[in-house]
Amino acid sequence: MAILTRDDPAPAPAPAPSGAAAVRLEHLVKRFSGEVGRRVARSTGASPDADTVTAVDGIDLEIRDGEFFSMLGPSGSGKTTTLRLIAGFELPTEGRVYLHGEDVTQRAPFERDVNTVFQDYALFPHMTVGENVAYGLTIRKVPRPERERRVGDALAMVRLNGYERRKPSQLSGGQRQRVALARALVNRPRVLLLDEPLGALDLKLREEMQLELKAIQRDVRITFIYVTHDQEEALTMSDRLAVFNRGRVEQVGSPAEMYERPATAFVAGFVGTSNLLRGDAAMALVGDAGLYTVRPEKIRMAEPNAAVADDEVGADGTIRNVVYLGPDTRYIVVLDAGTELVVTEQNLATSSMEALAAEGRRVRLIWKRHHNFRIGDQEGSRGGGA
Amino acid sequence: MSGRGARWGLIAATVGTLVFIYFPLAVVIAYAFNSSGSTSWPPAGFSLRWVDAALANTGLRDAFVTSVAIAFGASAVALVLGSLAAVAVARYRFFGRQAISFVVVFPIALPGIVTGMALSTTFATTGLPLGLLAIVIGHATFCVVLVYNNVVARMRRVSRSLEEASSDLGADTWQTFRRVTFPTVRSAMLAGALLAFALSFDEVIVTIFTAGGVQTLPIWIFRSFRLANQVALVNVAGLAAILLSVVPVYFASRLTSDTGAVARG
Repeated sequence: MAILTRDDPAPAPAPAPSGAAAVRLEHLVKRFSGEVGRRVARSTGASPDADTVTAVDGIDLEIRDGEFFSMLGPSGSGKTTTLRLIAGFELPTEGRVYLHGEDVTQRAPFERDVNTVFQDYALFPHMTVGENVAYGLTIRKVPRPERERRVGDALAMVRLNGYERRKPSQLSGGQRQRVALARALVNRPRVLLLDEPLGALDLKLREEMQLELKAIQRDVRITFIYVTHDQEEALTMSDRLAVFNRGRVEQVGSPAEMYERPATAFVAGFVGTSNLLRGDAAMALVGDAGLYTVRPEKIRMAEPNAAVADDEVGADGTIRNVVYLGPDTRYIVVLDAGTELVVTEQNLATSSMEALAAEGRRVRLIWKRHHNFRIGDQEGSRGGGA
Repeated sequence: MSGRGARWGLIAATVGTLVFIYFPLAVVIAYAFNSSGSTSWPPAGFSLRWVDAALANTGLRDAFVTSVAIAFGASAVALVLGSLAAVAVARYRFFGRQAISFVVVFPIALPGIVTGMALSTTFATTGLPLGLLAIVIGHATFCVVLVYNNVVARMRRVSRSLEEASSDLGADTWQTFRRVTFPTVRSAMLAGALLAFALSFDEVIVTIFTAGGVQTLPIWIFRSFRLANQVALVNVAGLAAILLSVVPVYFASRLTSDTGAVARG
């Protein structure tokens, strides 16, 4: 969309040399202590009595110019704090923040060329939609005609033209979300930070907005840094993502890499369903006592005496639980080898009655040997330990 | 059956309570417009005679003006100090933050007689003369809390992210205060000031200790109450006191009930 590429002859941020980092985080650490620490500890459920909480525990990240980058993790994993450190709402205890090669660690939020879309939208309740969107331009003393044109364009982009005179309280949740997006994008920041922006919307609206956000990002070629705890959202929208756990980054990569080759047991569990084989079960089935994962949709469920080919693994067990999900059914199978696996099957010819009747039945699970993926040795050092 | 019985019981209790509270006020208002000069029930008829007489009475008029001036002064002091304290406590972290909250609220719990005594002694020791200024200072001690409480409550309800959003969009600290923080707490400040005005206007105990020779409306009423020839005027003065307390409280509650819309968004 033309409106958001800089219209002056200055080079647009888009055609940056490959590998140029929009944001670089160098060994970022953030500890909260005292009163704030106790509040953070309570809200994240980390440890209710702790006085000091390490929200971000040594993060190194490079986010490329123009990419849609997600920070994915459970609540309390440090993803939002990392975002706030990039925006400048928090100052790091240790480490540095670079924006386009420039050290901005000690700069105030209003001195950084980033804009934020807040989880609660943070629209100014005493201003109209138009005044909200114009806020950044008004502060920067952009002349009135240009300001009005850009506000109009930004509202058109989020399909809210004609809403200039409404108050935020007169809008629905989805509309407020769009206003918040327009208010940030109208300033043409080089990096846009989004803090779970779709968290408050219902499922259908959320899916619509996911597509829309992605389309907008492709149009404006601004770097999007997107915080979410929803793995599906992160996988659908991102060019690359980082999985956060306990204030650290477990893995960085493309959605496909994350899903197919998780680096740690935590990533395997958080991105998709964790089907882990370890110890004796791994020894019995794979022939090695390491840590393995196999994705639920790669597993075929067969009769107890079905033939197993040479390149396949066969595991006998009993169906303990059946969860009917509409398009597919999820079976939880207790293996004789001493572990549990989740199997998903599309309901091609199965009715819900048939699927649910399978509970308690003996089955043989079969999957291709090469679908066993060996997870690195990080389980102890990162996924499990403190 | 018990449901209906309870319902009627509650209605009766409510009506009884309201009558208990408002009937005496109604009597004062009725006598203020009585055409007869004696307080005998029922009033003889409607007349503005005593209102005219009250307006003509310089002692009463001066007392009224004095009270209004003091209430303005005390609420102005409360507005400034209370708002500043509230912004500090709600937005900044510093040593003794929680103690300030307690210290500001404390004077309202303190018996007026103690406040009055203490202030009177202090003024005598420091050589500050009793009178208008002393009364304003005395009233301000317990008026600050009204503004403080209102503004603190509003600032807690207004999301912190509003200020962060403003800063994120390029506004420095002062621009953020002027364009975002102040407009969202403005009505809470005004509500607090109105309550402070009402509280100061009818205050008696601290006033007695700090007034010196100055007569406020409540003191004038108190002194004139037993004088037979002033009885009718006292009712008019009472009416004035009721109005100047009720009207600010009414507007204050209107302003704070708005906050739902302000805090959402």
